[in-house]
Amino acid sequence: MDKVMTTPEPTGERIKKYLREGKRFDGRSLLDFRKITIEKNISKKSEGSVKVKIGKTEMVVGVKLDVSAPYADSPNKGNLMVTAEMLPLSSQRFEAGPPKFDAIELGRVTDRGIRESKFINLEKLCIKEGEKVWTVFVDIYSINDDGNLMDAATIGAVAALKIAKMPKYDEESGKVVYGELSENNIPLTESFPIAVSVHKIGESLIVDPTRQEEDLSECRVTLTNNKGEISSLQKSESKELDVEEMKNIFEISEEASKKILKKIEDNLK
Amino acid sequence: MTEKFKRGDGRAIDELRQIEAKVGVVPNADGSAMYRSGDTIAIAAVYGPKKMHPQHQQDPSRGQLRCDYNMLSFSVSERIKPGKNRRAMEISEITKWALEPVLILDKYPNQVIDVFIDIIQADAGTRCAGINAASLALAHAGVPMKDMVSSIAVGKLDKTLVVDLTKEEEDFEEGEGPTDIPISMTHSGKITHMQLDGKISAEQLKDAVDLAKGACAKIYEIQKKALKDAVDFEGGK
Repeated sequence: MDKVMTTPEPTGERIKKYLREGKRFDGRSLLDFRKITIEKNISKKSEGSVKVKIGKTEMVVGVKLDVSAPYADSPNKGNLMVTAEMLPLSSQRFEAGPPKFDAIELGRVTDRGIRESKFINLEKLCIKEGEKVWTVFVDIYSINDDGNLMDAATIGAVAALKIAKMPKYDEESGKVVYGELSENNIPLTESFPIAVSVHKIGESLIVDPTRQEEDLSECRVTLTNNKGEISSLQKSESKELDVEEMKNIFEISEEASKKILKKIEDNLK
Repeated sequence: MTEKFKRGDGRAIDELRQIEAKVGVVPNADGSAMYRSGDTIAIAAVYGPKKMHPQHQQDPSRGQLRCDYNMLSFSVSERIKPGKNRRAMEISEITKWALEPVLILDKYPNQVIDVFIDIIQADAGTRCAGINAASLALAHAGVPMKDMVSSIAVGKLDKTLVVDLTKEEEDFEEGEGPTDIPISMTHSGKITHMQLDGKISAEQLKDAVDLAKGACAKIYEIQKKALKDAVDFEGGK
């Protein structure tokens, strides 16, 4: 990445000095999230869509469904496909072209958190075993990157899946009748996956970094928490961690996820 | 933790599969190694440090590590379409992150160390086997390293933590099902890589990290022996 576009060194040094004193530029404590807002139904051709904001970071998520053959190893289950794109419109840093590694990782980590928490009841998305099942596509796009796209992606995906309606399905032709949504929601379970990434900057551990802060992150550990259980974890970047530090991260992430669960639920009412 | 838990292959919960490690398996490479854990076989080859190509990717402040993880198309039951898929791209990057902390790269400005990992036969734990082979291959190549990296998949089967999962165990369906937790550590006990898929409490995950530490210490001894054996063998010629 071009050095010119990242946080300038003097600013970085100041951010680190602040963090050592337990402070941040925007007045938050190290383990606080920015304001989270969720706007529903932002694109009406989709089966469900949301715009999620964390501070100035903004992503849109759309859910589409289609009917296709199941995978050979899960003949009685629907399919889930989560993809993420970092749109060039959302930051000077993102270029057009095939997805870069960051976007691939963003999609895969979000996919695993949702899949492993068993948030979607995939068995109920089976139409005819071995022949026809629903595939749920969750497509995530960045609109404005001010840090922490990783956690915003899961919040957006979960919110969009919660409000999405199943499209109508014509059994005779075997085709989906797009544009005619049924009254039925996508079959979900009681799970509520929430991803919280903990970043290591110098000796400090923080959550929900701004873009300026995230540039300084030496290591990110993303945990997807589901009501007190951990569904997925991914340590990213090369910086090594002590065992005790890693254990501390499990707790920080769990605490933070409890706090933002409430905020997300309020937003979805 | 239930002591009565029986594993399919009769191993104790903290028992590794039979491991074989050997360096020098690819004569063309600057360093190479094979690491086998049960029916999972990985080979790794190191080329470099050498001048970075393409040139625009050169970094004048330090050398770079480039990792490429690949599963051979016939290494699993259902043939894999050859070429890069998103899983392989992620594991390549994870492998780089796992190994980079032990390398002294600032001695090699504008240069690159290429590590190629190929999975010959897969029975779960391929990323861990790949990292173990790659760490060995880097040491065999004589790349300056501060430490070795050892990698193990800890698993939770229903409620019991076990080490070094097989594919059969990865597909365990009873009770709470399987949780897969690959972890890589340096011999000095730093975590350089960790991932998780499944369902586990924060408290039990702490135990899983401790279990990984013990397993990595055993793997380290095997890696060390493989390197020593190579030296003795060639020295005796």
